[in-house]
Amino acid sequence: MSQIFQFFPKFVLEPRLEVSGKWVILSPIIAIILTLFSGVIIFSLLGKDPFLALYTFFVQPLTTMFGITELLVKATPLVLIGVGLAIGFKANVWNIGAEGQFTMGAVFGGGTALLCQHMESILVLPLVLVLGTLGGLFWGAIPAFLKTRFNANEILTSLMLSYVAVLCLSYLVHGPWRDPAGFNFPESQIFSDYAMLPILIENSRLNLGTMFAILVVLVAWILMTRTIIGFQLRVVGLAPTAAQYAGFKQSGLIWLSFLISGGLAGLAGIAEVSGTIGQLLPSVSPGYGFTAIIVAFLGRLHPVGVLFAGLIMALSYIGGENAQIEIGLPAAVTGLFQGILLFFLLACDVLVRYRFSHRSVLTGERCE
Amino acid sequence: MSQNKAKSKIGQLDEPELAPLLKLSGITKSFPGILANDAIDLTVKQGEIHALLGENGAGKSTLVKIIYGLLKPDAGTFEWEEGALSLSNPAQARSLGIGMVFQHFSLFEALTVCENIAIADDQKLNLKTIALRIKEVSDNYGLPIDPDRYVHSLSVGEKQRIEILRCLLQKPKLLILDEPTSVLTPQETLNLFATLKNLASSGCAILYISHKLAEVKSLCGTATILRNGAVVATCNPKLETAKTMAELMIGAKLHNIKRPKKSGSHDNRVQINKLNLKSNDPFGMDLENISFDIQKGEVVGIAGVAGNGQTELMAALSGEVIQTGSHETIFFDGVGVSTMRVAERRAMGAGFVPEERYGHAAIKEMSLKDNALLTTSQKLNLVKKGFLQSNEICDLTHKIISDFDVRTTGLEMETGNLSGGNLQKFILGREILQNPRILIVSQPTWGVDAGAAVFLRKSLLDLAARGCAILIISQDLDEIFEICDRIAVLYQGTLSPLINTESASVDQIGLLMGGKTTE
Repeated sequence: MSQIFQFFPKFVLEPRLEVSGKWVILSPIIAIILTLFSGVIIFSLLGKDPFLALYTFFVQPLTTMFGITELLVKATPLVLIGVGLAIGFKANVWNIGAEGQFTMGAVFGGGTALLCQHMESILVLPLVLVLGTLGGLFWGAIPAFLKTRFNANEILTSLMLSYVAVLCLSYLVHGPWRDPAGFNFPESQIFSDYAMLPILIENSRLNLGTMFAILVVLVAWILMTRTIIGFQLRVVGLAPTAAQYAGFKQSGLIWLSFLISGGLAGLAGIAEVSGTIGQLLPSVSPGYGFTAIIVAFLGRLHPVGVLFAGLIMALSYIGGENAQIEIGLPAAVTGLFQGILLFFLLACDVLVRYRFSHRSVLTGERCE
Repeated sequence: MSQNKAKSKIGQLDEPELAPLLKLSGITKSFPGILANDAIDLTVKQGEIHALLGENGAGKSTLVKIIYGLLKPDAGTFEWEEGALSLSNPAQARSLGIGMVFQHFSLFEALTVCENIAIADDQKLNLKTIALRIKEVSDNYGLPIDPDRYVHSLSVGEKQRIEILRCLLQKPKLLILDEPTSVLTPQETLNLFATLKNLASSGCAILYISHKLAEVKSLCGTATILRNGAVVATCNPKLETAKTMAELMIGAKLHNIKRPKKSGSHDNRVQINKLNLKSNDPFGMDLENISFDIQKGEVVGIAGVAGNGQTELMAALSGEVIQTGSHETIFFDGVGVSTMRVAERRAMGAGFVPEERYGHAAIKEMSLKDNALLTTSQKLNLVKKGFLQSNEICDLTHKIISDFDVRTTGLEMETGNLSGGNLQKFILGREILQNPRILIVSQPTWGVDAGAAVFLRKSLLDLAARGCAILIISQDLDEIFEICDRIAVLYQGTLSPLINTESASVDQIGLLMGGKTTE
């Protein structure tokens, strides 16, 4: 069979010479549209009116002021933690224990608030915030030390320390910090107003913590793109040997990644208890520290991306709850949507580095 | 020359005694922004050793990737044993009997030699059979290798052997070799040539890509020369001189490098006293009692086959590995630097160019701008109060690109898109523009074409003329003899005494590389 190389005008993927800035933004938008489209199919199969279901899931929570503030309240810890994790992940430092650092932030900050229960001073709140941040920082420093001193795998150490932190908090609220007037419930006293983050909008739970999240996004953005520290973190993540050759201090960068992500998780923790909850409970987080890992990747490890990813993740939580209440959808739909979104996002991400071409080109395999 | 051009048009159909094995006509291939192959005709006959010559970016790699089924041409016909067909993947090419040894190896570092070969094996043999066959073929062709060694522990030279063996196990009809001798000693090169000639006489055709024109002259019966993606000539290298072929490749006159006479000034820039270093790598080479010195304006060459301690020596000199001895062994400008880290040694005016370009000297996934910043952030005022000075970084990148003739599409281009020669020009340019007092370079022109190699060597000599003390660690003896004032040989972690280039002979150095002293 004699066959000549033909060039049908077919679509093939070919690598781009440069990362496409346009597609970095377009890819998540397309992913969301595809997710919604899949939603229509899934809801139809479940025998629900797909458009009503989508509306209940994604739009209704945003139709009331309260819904929007709740969205921001949920997104705040996700963004704060996600930004910190993204910085570490860029540098190949795998801090999986943000849940523990978040909890330790709540313990240290909350403990300070309980100590200062009777002090009527505007200095109480800053003290609470600083101690909370230091709590997360301290909890992040342990895996950093173990990694740089003993070369212990930070994924394991940071993850295991999460459980230690959660049990610590549980012990404290069941024991020494239990509210004596609390009918034996494992709860601390309600913090005094001087230890609480100010509410931004009346009749909502939206507090100053959200402002911290926005500020942190901006600072992290500048840190990663405009400073030598950010450059070093990126280099050490992509090519550790090259970082060593360039003379960057690897152990210093590991420490820095852990201190930043731990500190931010701690700040998120104290902002949650002193802004949203107002006391210490046996559990102060519905898994924010772990969900933030997904948020960091959804946001492509970019601070601004993390901001949007945090909002989307928060919406999927609130929408999921709303859909359970309003139209009786199963709770698993939330997880399903998060999975579908992640799937489409990763698929669309290919277009950042590759493009469709009309010409007949590569046959998949590239060789180096 | 005109005779050659006429011949290239007719191709080789005027010599009908050998059947064409592979016949390409009008192969065209474009990438975004580049026409890599422009209507290329190429005929390879059974049992011939055919050279493919060309500068970086001339389109050689693209062409051989097309032949190996890795790329599809936009137009043109591909005939194999006189039947036209279209290759869709390398497995198909291998099943036809096409084997390829790449310049950049495609090996899994965490697997053994045997496992690496098993992965690419289309016959799905078990590991034991493959290990036996490796032993058998490696004995037959004089390519010794232990099938159970892990690839990460092997030297570049040994890794290449795996690639060659991998192809030979498939009993190929056409073997494509991309710059195969750049990692071999002169004696090993002769062995390889014997192997190749053996193969050719048994009917296997060989497509040999090299920039070493002397080798092409001694080995190949036909040469096709590419420039800017098109065939400029097909000739018999035995009837041409190295110079005429080089000029065809480059399209301009080639200037020989003149090593300037040394002034004989004594200014000890680098002094190494009895350096001992245990390698971190269980398969690495420990350094023993290494001593040498480099004077101001001098180029010292360290010859040797890969895996004899070059990596360890480079790491010890650059400060990437700090030895834990009690006494100072390394002196830069008379100051002991043994305990100093890379950054501190750089601050003293030292520059380094390691052997591995991607992942060590430069980062594939980052832009040229970022790579320009990699080693320059301390020295060239590119960072103020921790903030990157974007304009200054752009200026520096522009300067590297223009001063060192790096062919690129822009500062934001991902560095992984640079060809080997352009990447090395970029890396060397980055180090040279920092005006180093001491420059230590490993394999400055490995896998780089003739034009770029001449440029790089000339840049190094110019730098030496300005007073820099330069150390070249290289496996390319031609290069060492061309630019070095004194030469030593690294063998099994020990260094021979320095010999003045004028009084050294290639044979003498070649023997030292093989571990034999001349006494």
